[in-house]
Amino acid sequence: MNHVPSELRYSKSHEWVRLEGNGIAIVGITDHAQSLLGDLVYVELPEVDTSLKAGDEAGVVESVKAASDVYTPVSGEILEINEALATAPELVNDDPYGHGWLFKIQLDDENELEELLDSDGYEEMIAADDH
Amino acid sequence: MTKRTMLYEQHVLAGAKMVDFAGWEMPIHYGSQLQEHHQVRQDCGVFDVSHMAIVDVLGPGARDYLRFLLANDIDKMTSRGRSLYSCMLNDRGGVIDDLIVYFVDVNKYRIVLNASRRTQDLDWMNQQAEGFAIGLHQRDDLSMVAVQGPNAIAKVQSLLTPAQLDLAVTLRPFDCAENEQIFIARTGYTGEDGYEIIMHSENIIEFWQRLLAADIKPIGLGARDTLRLEAGLNLYGNDMDETTHPLESMLGWTIAWEPYERLFLGRAALELIKAAEPNRKLVGLVLEGKGILRQHHKVIFPGIGEGEVTSGGFSPTLNKSIAFARVPATAGDTCLVEIREKQIPAKVVKPPFVRHGKILVQ
Repeated sequence: MNHVPSELRYSKSHEWVRLEGNGIAIVGITDHAQSLLGDLVYVELPEVDTSLKAGDEAGVVESVKAASDVYTPVSGEILEINEALATAPELVNDDPYGHGWLFKIQLDDENELEELLDSDGYEEMIAADDH
Repeated sequence: MTKRTMLYEQHVLAGAKMVDFAGWEMPIHYGSQLQEHHQVRQDCGVFDVSHMAIVDVLGPGARDYLRFLLANDIDKMTSRGRSLYSCMLNDRGGVIDDLIVYFVDVNKYRIVLNASRRTQDLDWMNQQAEGFAIGLHQRDDLSMVAVQGPNAIAKVQSLLTPAQLDLAVTLRPFDCAENEQIFIARTGYTGEDGYEIIMHSENIIEFWQRLLAADIKPIGLGARDTLRLEAGLNLYGNDMDETTHPLESMLGWTIAWEPYERLFLGRAALELIKAAEPNRKLVGLVLEGKGILRQHHKVIFPGIGEGEVTSGGFSPTLNKSIAFARVPATAGDTCLVEIREKQIPAKVVKPPFVRHGKILVQ
């Protein structure tokens, strides 16, 4: 069973968002997503200071198997990216909600989070995908 | 309806993630493809390759038939107990399949074919059998495992019965031997030393369990692909198929042009291609910039022309992305690969990238 922390919000494209306060959020991909992809070998992240709209492409995660686009679930400006992933993409596999985070974003509108799935909603979605 | 090998339950027990491969439910990995790759390069591991088709060519016409059917010459095997890699070509010189043929005995050769090509191969082989005193015996009663890696030979030998050990100890690379219970060959698809072992399906589960009990780790098809790519070994369907010929597929070395009198299938077409000089070739690529090379990426040689990646991925041993690409014959040492609308520089190299655990390209 893949881990789905209850304090996070989720997109249908398998990203998670954690509100950090001060209108800042952290985004990553879910445990379910990393386990479907298999061992990650390359991560491409957006440039810092880029402004993105919710649903925009924000990078690519590549596993031994395939490349998969990452979309930002929320609109805002990229504040910071997880530089460690350049040399250690496996952090996403090992700790998708922790050391494997992808980017930090200054939110345009905190209310956007309300439009995302909560953990129950996301769990239901991936359970339905498995059947 | 997907098929399962005898070892299906064993894979599930070992925690495998099963996927459809050529109509077979096969393990892609048992947790981590990367770890499995390193396991084979550094120690050893076991693959279930029972999905591959085993066909015995029997009868007094076996030698003549195979010298007609195959582009490589089985007479290179000067004694029993040897093996040979060959392409089987169509009339246009295109590759129907690549295979290993084992010279088991006079009047008995054993062929191992790609799972994805089983039907086409057998149709073709039956069609070409007319006039030869042979029988084609498809051995669906057998199962096959490959144990590969620097410690494979020693570890397997420690598990064999005295009679089996007698067979195994004498084998040099590319040799094979069999008795009533077991067929052992010192061949593989990883660039490492090891055995490929065939036995009756009823015995394979017990043998598999014995291998795992001796701490030989199961390895999935995912690592098998990255291992063979590093080893510079082609994959049918990616790197060659019925529309490409061996001379543009890094397989020129497998064509036995001599003796001239041997009129193997595809020879006439291949002679013409050779005389005109092929305008494409298959090469190795090492990506210099960031990203991962994947099949069908466009490869650009400025001022010369373009080509395409046929197999690509991440090389765990080099910790870089590597690929095979079919490119213009006149292509130079460097190129650009188009990855998601960006052009990333790559270096052209001659595979293998890795053999016996050692990196061979700069």
